[in-house]
Amino acid sequence: MPQLSDHYVQLSVFVVLFLLVSGMGFVAARWRRPDTLEHLDEWGLGGRNFGSWITWFLLGGDLYTAYTFVAVPALVFGAGAMGFFAVPYTVIVYPMVFLVLVRLWSVSHVHGFVTPADFVRARFGSPTLALSVALAGIVATMPYIALQLVGIESVLKAMGVTGHLPIIVAFTILALYTYNSGLRAPALIAFVKDTLIYLVIIVAVIVIPVKLGGWDVIFGAAEKALSATNPNTGQPRGSILLTANNQLQYVTLAFGSALALFLYPHSITSVLAAKDRNTIKRNMAALPAYSFLLGLIALLGYMALAAGVKPIGADGNTIVPVLFDTHFPAWFTGVAFAAIGIGALVPAAIMSIAAANLFTRNIYKEYLRRDATPQQEAKVSKITSLVVKVGAVACILFLDPQFSIDLQLIGGVIILQTLPSVALGLYTRWFHRGALVAGLVAGLVAGLWMLYTIPNPNTGRAHFGGSAFKLSELGLTDSAVTVYVGFLAVLVNLVVAALLTLALRAAGIPDGEDATRRSDYFADAGDPRVHDLPEITGEAPARSPA
Amino acid sequence: MSAPERERSTPVTDRSPWNWLLVVPIVVPLCTFIYNRGEPTLFGFPFFYWSQLAFIVIGVSTTTLVYQLTKRRG
Repeated sequence: MPQLSDHYVQLSVFVVLFLLVSGMGFVAARWRRPDTLEHLDEWGLGGRNFGSWITWFLLGGDLYTAYTFVAVPALVFGAGAMGFFAVPYTVIVYPMVFLVLVRLWSVSHVHGFVTPADFVRARFGSPTLALSVALAGIVATMPYIALQLVGIESVLKAMGVTGHLPIIVAFTILALYTYNSGLRAPALIAFVKDTLIYLVIIVAVIVIPVKLGGWDVIFGAAEKALSATNPNTGQPRGSILLTANNQLQYVTLAFGSALALFLYPHSITSVLAAKDRNTIKRNMAALPAYSFLLGLIALLGYMALAAGVKPIGADGNTIVPVLFDTHFPAWFTGVAFAAIGIGALVPAAIMSIAAANLFTRNIYKEYLRRDATPQQEAKVSKITSLVVKVGAVACILFLDPQFSIDLQLIGGVIILQTLPSVALGLYTRWFHRGALVAGLVAGLVAGLWMLYTIPNPNTGRAHFGGSAFKLSELGLTDSAVTVYVGFLAVLVNLVVAALLTLALRAAGIPDGEDATRRSDYFADAGDPRVHDLPEITGEAPARSPA
Repeated sequence: MSAPERERSTPVTDRSPWNWLLVVPIVVPLCTFIYNRGEPTLFGFPFFYWSQLAFIVIGVSTTTLVYQLTKRRG
């Protein structure tokens, strides 16, 4: 076990950088200063006016989370090639959503939507469908926030810091400046986070391979280590190439994860904060820079194998912190740990804002207080963001962290079920609102059932052991070929939604009203119908007093 | 939520034949039979790893190209 007494330098660097960004988080309220933060467009979407650079840092900081940085190399460390799915996943996602997100941006700016459920509400005229989408979003986001804490804990463990107090302090600070500054806080901190991460990883992929004797040595050692027999399965631990059984899993996991990424409320929050359509399109071209970074981070798993790193306890997520700790000078290890720690703050802040906005817009305003003013909405959202963070900390304190990991696995499957109403809804209203609700529920049930049947021989658990579903369970084949659960679940969803749409139409059940018009999906900044916000942001030259 | 009040004159479609180019960086990284092999290696990286990192370049160039070709004028 690492000793705290050996890590005072690392801890000092970590604490100094952490306090620096916390200060930035509070100052952010005055950055690009609005006349008031008491409006969801301001507190929740940073003024809806972020340009290409800010959006690049914000989305990069939002999508590539601290948990990703520790969990992806841990997966590569444990299983080999399968863990590299993160690369095709984050390559295909941007061309996939390139045209979709600009439509979402346009219609949201014309109508003032803040959440994906706002859009569904207007598009299909169904508060029930909007509620389902909002609940799916909240339930999928909560464990994702908790996992960011797991990311911070992994570096604290590597420094020999034990107990939960540091996590509580860190999250309290995070909660306070998010409450104070809203989306501006993570947007400003993202600059530091992303710069640190790029710096650390570029240094790591140059220095560590030199120390270990080169990339061919690393891959050779990894291949040897992965071919060792896993006592729990009697099979090799993994392989550096895909096998006949996991290729389909690799493809469907990459594809399913790509479908899910921009359905997550926190991704949509960052997209809606952009100032125009071109900002989004430019970012779809520029964000793969982070995918390259993620590919390199994934390979840290092989470096750890080649260096003979042993995880702390049974926690595979600690391999990257341990690798850094044993190969870098103390002060640089501190910088690397701070990069991961700060890397947790940015997405945690955006996720809590996104979940809070969903609650405010689609539950509070829809069901509890229809005449809520923008000020009240902002107030409710701010308080909800606090509640969400307390919930995340409670998850980690009172439940096994493994529970959060399981929930996040389920969360990916849950959020995918909003695909027909949110993503397809941007293109077509063919689906009946009732059929979309039924499809969502059917996909959810099918997904949960499949996850339930999956054991994990390494942990000895019989259920929720992973996302690789054996096709032999369906009796289709007797081979060991596996497929990503989310992919199958969304197929079930689509089939049910399509069949029920035909049935409901045939039965003459009335459809909802569509509050959007075709041209809304193409509107850009400068369009008279796109809400002009300068009067609240105080940004425009021709500024009118509020 | 306020209802739109005025119509306007800017284009009312995103359609362009160039958009079809986006299919390439979506499909290629999903074809494991192309890259699931160790040879040839590059700088010690097995083909599986360096080729998938190279797909990032394909992705970036395609999205950049489509963005430039379909940019609204004016």
